[in-house]
Amino acid sequence: MEMPQPSSAILEKRARILARLDAALPPAALITDEAECRAYECDALTVYRCIPMAVTLPSSTEEVATILRICHEEGVKVVPRGAGTSLAGGSLPTEDSIILGVARLRDVLEVNTADRIIRVQTGMTNLSVTGEVESDGFFYAPDPSSQLACAIAGNIAMNSGGAHCLKYGVTTNNLLGVIMVQMDGTIVEIGGAHADAAGYDLLGVICGSEGQLGVVTEATLRILPKPEGARPVLIAFDSNEVAGACVSDIIKAGVLPVAIEFMDRPCIRACEDFAKAGYPECEALLIIEVEGSEAEITEQLGLISQIARRHNPVELRESQSEEESKKIWLGRKSAFGAMGQINDYMCLDGTIPVSSLPFVLRRIGEMSKEYGLDVANVFHAGDGNMHPLILFDANKPGDLEKCEAFGAAILTLCVEAGGCLTGEHGVGIEKRDLMSVQFSTADLEAQMRVKDVFDPRWLLNPAKVFPLDASAARRAA
Amino acid sequence: MRPESEADLAEAIRAAQGPLRVAGGRTRDVGNPVAGELLETGGLDGITLYDPGALTLVVQAGTPLAKVEAALAAEGQRLPFEPMDTRALLGGQGAPTVGGMVAANASGPRRVQTGACRDSLIGVRFVDGAGAVIKNGGRVMKNVTGYDLVKLMAGSWGTLGVLSECSFKLLPVPDAQATLISDALDVPQAVDLMSRALGTPYEVNGAARDEAGRVALRIEGFSEQVRYRLGALEAALGGDWSRIEGEASRELWAGLRDVTGFVGRAGDVWRVSTRPSRAPELVARMDCPVLLDWGGGLIWALVPEGTDLRARLGQFDGHATLIRASEATRASLPVFQPEAAPIAALSAGLRAKFDPRGILNPGLMG
Repeated sequence: MEMPQPSSAILEKRARILARLDAALPPAALITDEAECRAYECDALTVYRCIPMAVTLPSSTEEVATILRICHEEGVKVVPRGAGTSLAGGSLPTEDSIILGVARLRDVLEVNTADRIIRVQTGMTNLSVTGEVESDGFFYAPDPSSQLACAIAGNIAMNSGGAHCLKYGVTTNNLLGVIMVQMDGTIVEIGGAHADAAGYDLLGVICGSEGQLGVVTEATLRILPKPEGARPVLIAFDSNEVAGACVSDIIKAGVLPVAIEFMDRPCIRACEDFAKAGYPECEALLIIEVEGSEAEITEQLGLISQIARRHNPVELRESQSEEESKKIWLGRKSAFGAMGQINDYMCLDGTIPVSSLPFVLRRIGEMSKEYGLDVANVFHAGDGNMHPLILFDANKPGDLEKCEAFGAAILTLCVEAGGCLTGEHGVGIEKRDLMSVQFSTADLEAQMRVKDVFDPRWLLNPAKVFPLDASAARRAA
Repeated sequence: MRPESEADLAEAIRAAQGPLRVAGGRTRDVGNPVAGELLETGGLDGITLYDPGALTLVVQAGTPLAKVEAALAAEGQRLPFEPMDTRALLGGQGAPTVGGMVAANASGPRRVQTGACRDSLIGVRFVDGAGAVIKNGGRVMKNVTGYDLVKLMAGSWGTLGVLSECSFKLLPVPDAQATLISDALDVPQAVDLMSRALGTPYEVNGAARDEAGRVALRIEGFSEQVRYRLGALEAALGGDWSRIEGEASRELWAGLRDVTGFVGRAGDVWRVSTRPSRAPELVARMDCPVLLDWGGGLIWALVPEGTDLRARLGQFDGHATLIRASEATRASLPVFQPEAAPIAALSAGLRAKFDPRGILNPGLMG
């Protein structure tokens, strides 16, 4: 992975920059020791690493503003970091950068069930937000797989999704307001507890901007009443095409499940070996979950089963109990762990139109043979967000490079099929150089103009999102 | 000017010598008055792609909304956000277009459940003020590739670019709908009741109060489901309710959506967005006829011509937009809520980048 040459001017004045930060911050907020900084050298995309110049861990919005103001004055790049769970290298440092971690911003500022909102500092984890409102019968809807660990700050930066977004949307659809600090230290408030922010939809632009427009320290989030209950049905088919057609028919029939998960044979086998969930022998498996009261669930599952039976499933298993539901989900939820048992893997995240599913899966199968690497597919079928897992051996010379090339080919295929490079993980470092596959020069230019407005010196989260050659002139300015 | 293609649109903007007044169906005459040559998008008409099995639609921006709604209805689907038809309230004669709806981020009662227009908008193509064709987002509903300019275009009233194509995620039209209607309640009682209703798991997707004080709560779904939820909701809330179903319910909500309560009545109409729990206090300060939607989060206010409603409201959590007023009033009172200095700087910065010559609906948003 190519990274820009670190700025020697910045490295030379490291001592002065750190002294300024040290003078302005409480002692515990600044880490300069190299061994301690090493803990921040990467995120969940561990193949790329770099130790930053220093790490700052502010405890308030004002401290965030102080850090950014000093860095802005000194021309130092800043890499914001939530919980470091990015799968795209979204918080990978550079040698001449300072990490700004929000892990100590963990206060709940307001819970208001009458207005159906919660206001939190953004270092809180996704799941702990739900934890705050659960006893009142509410939950926070976006549920990325990393929800136990990932921070709201990162969710906002990456516009995180989850398995249930077919019904509840992703982060941007559940974010009402933010307090954000701009690179020059200006603190801005956008939106609030009301449904729509005034003026241009800056909130919409900030969400998913991968920490390149500002550091969000507080967020007002929409919370929803918990459904009365939920139950899945498991449906097995002997071909991917038939499973895909079944998904399409269910959607057309007017049922709106909260989740439609799809697994192909290699994935089913691996999960079964790992978790012993009792999945049947088949080519494609759907797990479809619906919500509501008992009677509503029964009615909806009945309708889904009726549609599925028209496609001659190998097996159809409606969960009748909490225990059965858990078992059905067990395999799916352990998919990534199961893959990790077999091999090293790279997890992709492209989205395709649901109707292209059979074609794309067939092509991935063919390409798997061409590249000589196995691939397993697990897929949010309702919204077209694929997660092909390419298996490789990190200890085998050349395998990682082959895997990267195969990954790029799959993502290119997703774009050609009418989809996109990333559905929920973000561009980060990983897909930066593929952006020109999806976007024209004018498209990228338009996005970079937004960055020009929010961060004219291009100091925030450097070398992410945009191809290096496309952003070169701006970064050099 | 009335370009017939995206390429013509781009050429027209590139060649423009002065300000342009961008118009779809000219039914949403909102904003500070704009002087400029008329640029109509009606020539960009047609559905590019409709994939019912994927719940997605791609459509040219000048396409009449009625044409889109008819195509979706034929497949039992719809735009989720229930956009307001402003013709009755604002007196427009044309046909609302997709582009106009997006430019206004028009979102009706169902916003409490399915979000605003911007939440269903998944892709755009537009021409910026320099004449460059730009695409963002796409036709898939889960997409975090690059910055989200789709949201930025929604509600930007044609000041950052002229839309040429929009993509939406859709929802199925449920089999049945029904509405519970209360007796007359004062505003605090009504807001409290609506908040409680929206806090139940019964998926209330409309919560409004009419001028007479009656609260309406809507539920949609399969017939059995609606029957069950209505009963459960009634039991949870207590009190006396009447019920209407099917066509009667649809008509009621069309009226609430289109603010028909203020149609044909003299005065200016304001639209105030706030958190529901502040609504009672704000309504008291407004001292005028009001209609509440979004569980109290949206207040429509009817005040005597030329009234500065913001002066009555003072500092509050939210914003006020002057939706219907004479050009003279709109020239003297800011139509959109004035922004705090750092936000105003960002807005001005975006305008300068996307429309460097300042020719797209200049001054419309302030």
